[in-house]
Amino acid sequence: MSLENFNPAEILSEISRMGLPQLNLMEVCGTHTMAIAKSGLRSSLPENVKLLSGPGCPVCVTPSGVIDEILALAMRSDVIIATYGDMIKVPGSVHGKSLASVRALGARVEVVYSPLDAVALAEKNKGDEVVFLGAGFETTAPGTAAAIGAAKDGGITNFSVLSMLKTVEPALRALIAQEDFAVSGFLCPGHVATVIGANAFSFLAEEYNIPCVVGGFEPREILDAVYRLLLQIKSGKARLENAYPNAVRAEGNPLARKIMEKYLTPRTDVWRGLGEIPMSGLCLREEYSDFDAERKFAITYKNTEDTGACRCGDVICGRLSPHECPMFGKACTPENPVGPCMVSGEGACAAMYKYM
Amino acid sequence: MDEIITLDYGSGGKKTSELIDNLIVKNLSNSALSALGDGAVLQGAEKLVFSTDSFVVSPCFFPGGDIGKLSVCGTVNDVAMSGGIPKYLSLSFIIEEGFATGDLEKIILSIKKTAEKAGVSVVTGDTKVVERGRGDGIYINTAGIGFLAHNNLSPKNIREGDKIIISGTAGDHGTAVMLAREKNLVESEILSDCTPLAALSQELYPLGENLRVLRDPTRGGVATTLCEFVEGTELTVELYERDIPVRDDVSAACEILGLDPLYCACEGKLLCVVSPESAAEALSIMRSTEEGRNAAIIGEITASRPGRVLVHGELGTRIAAKLTGALLPRIC
Repeated sequence: MSLENFNPAEILSEISRMGLPQLNLMEVCGTHTMAIAKSGLRSSLPENVKLLSGPGCPVCVTPSGVIDEILALAMRSDVIIATYGDMIKVPGSVHGKSLASVRALGARVEVVYSPLDAVALAEKNKGDEVVFLGAGFETTAPGTAAAIGAAKDGGITNFSVLSMLKTVEPALRALIAQEDFAVSGFLCPGHVATVIGANAFSFLAEEYNIPCVVGGFEPREILDAVYRLLLQIKSGKARLENAYPNAVRAEGNPLARKIMEKYLTPRTDVWRGLGEIPMSGLCLREEYSDFDAERKFAITYKNTEDTGACRCGDVICGRLSPHECPMFGKACTPENPVGPCMVSGEGACAAMYKYM
Repeated sequence: MDEIITLDYGSGGKKTSELIDNLIVKNLSNSALSALGDGAVLQGAEKLVFSTDSFVVSPCFFPGGDIGKLSVCGTVNDVAMSGGIPKYLSLSFIIEEGFATGDLEKIILSIKKTAEKAGVSVVTGDTKVVERGRGDGIYINTAGIGFLAHNNLSPKNIREGDKIIISGTAGDHGTAVMLAREKNLVESEILSDCTPLAALSQELYPLGENLRVLRDPTRGGVATTLCEFVEGTELTVELYERDIPVRDDVSAACEILGLDPLYCACEGKLLCVVSPESAAEALSIMRSTEEGRNAAIIGEITASRPGRVLVHGELGTRIAAKLTGALLPRIC
């Protein structure tokens, strides 16, 4: 179908005439979360079609124990933290304590748009240790890997990466394995798919019989992907569709994957809301351990159980809509966030607070 | 003058006089300023508008402007949005030791040019120099006085059925400054829209009570300004996304930076709410000016969701809330 001749109003009325039962679709990409909220699509879909946000926001799935260690690191006088902006306001286990608050107390925290900027920062500040907070999925992992390569090749020894990198497939499998899993179709992340390829999501249809469509980020592209998912659900036949072929190839980007594999290797990791998932994180390979902040600063993560009234874990798993959390918009707002979903520009709670 | 500003230039002594004479009075001279008194004695009017603003933008030179131009526009525009015809400005510098004198001169020349365009005179001022590391190059404070020409501009005048007009494209300044800070990120030719709005406002004042309110959507952008209009009232702002002018490159850059043009600062645009009868006239007045050539009616006032700003997009409707906790660096 050409999106040029795509009439959103017709598609929307077609969707409401499909006679589908109550069902949930889930996206697992922070950019989708924000784009869907911004498009206003939820206001136009019939009530039986619910769009959930899954574990797609890298900041949101990072346990507070990890943030605590980052805050401790940031307070060292010889350390400059380089990070994507999203991380700045994420609270650790102590409410109100974040990179923003320690920065106000003198910690050096620089926002970068690219991991390579963090390498440049290290080059400029030879007397200090620059630690790049490597959060993200397969989309940002190649860039982080490339930065490790650049530091190694440039002989920049005061640069290291604190890897919080995670991979999508193990998380999806863990989510599906949960008892109360109730998702009828996945809107698969277009950005991640540019790297790992659309085919990397075919297991959803083949092994679990769950419809899956790789989608783009423009409002029309999102509606197109949602419509395709609903058509699959109606037909009862799950398959993988690539509705974002301009950007995503079936096999992805082998070059990007090669860089990732050169510097990074899978490890068991802890996700907020999902707990420990085997081989779901990426850490630096042994031969690049000089650039591994965990090694350099002997970091070990303590209790990563997230307790208290914050329900981010349930939101991330799609068990709870943001507004169903008792703290949403009351104790927890973007100015004074309790959980990461309210902080990140890609968080489900922040998106709902901002646009709905 | 030395090539860089040193603490001596803020000492109040000879070097200070040198700076004032050679850079400031030389470029901005008028009878009130040249008297170099502790204050200026001015010709007045019965009702005055008075406003002040401080400028800490980083970097201090950015595509389409600099901190000097901004420091005139910011205050002049605040006066104009309050119904005043701007007349006089105060100008205070806080300069960090080591700042290049050549750059200071550039900033002063930019102030001169912008003040002329806005029809204001700089009549009093001050200069302080702080130790290296205690400032970020240069900070400027200006205060402005204007003669009241429209005495009833307020969100309180807004009525159901009124139309909302913007004088041009949204988000240019915020995006230009963000990109100037991230030179490696994208090649762009986005210029700040920083410009005085005094002349444009004066064209609109004769609309009288049909002109309900004027506001320049600076920090927080168009969305935040409109939220402030209806917050706590029974009224709703309804915007039509396709009618809101946004440059394609601003829109693309915002995608990359993770921003929303509706929340990016403008420094040379005004939002006005006008009665439905006057909307066409207001639009044509604005379009006949240089600053308002891309003006557009972007929405209307209803009562469908009291206190809210709704944005109607292609697929549906969303709420636009006030800007919250953004990571924007200093843009003004």
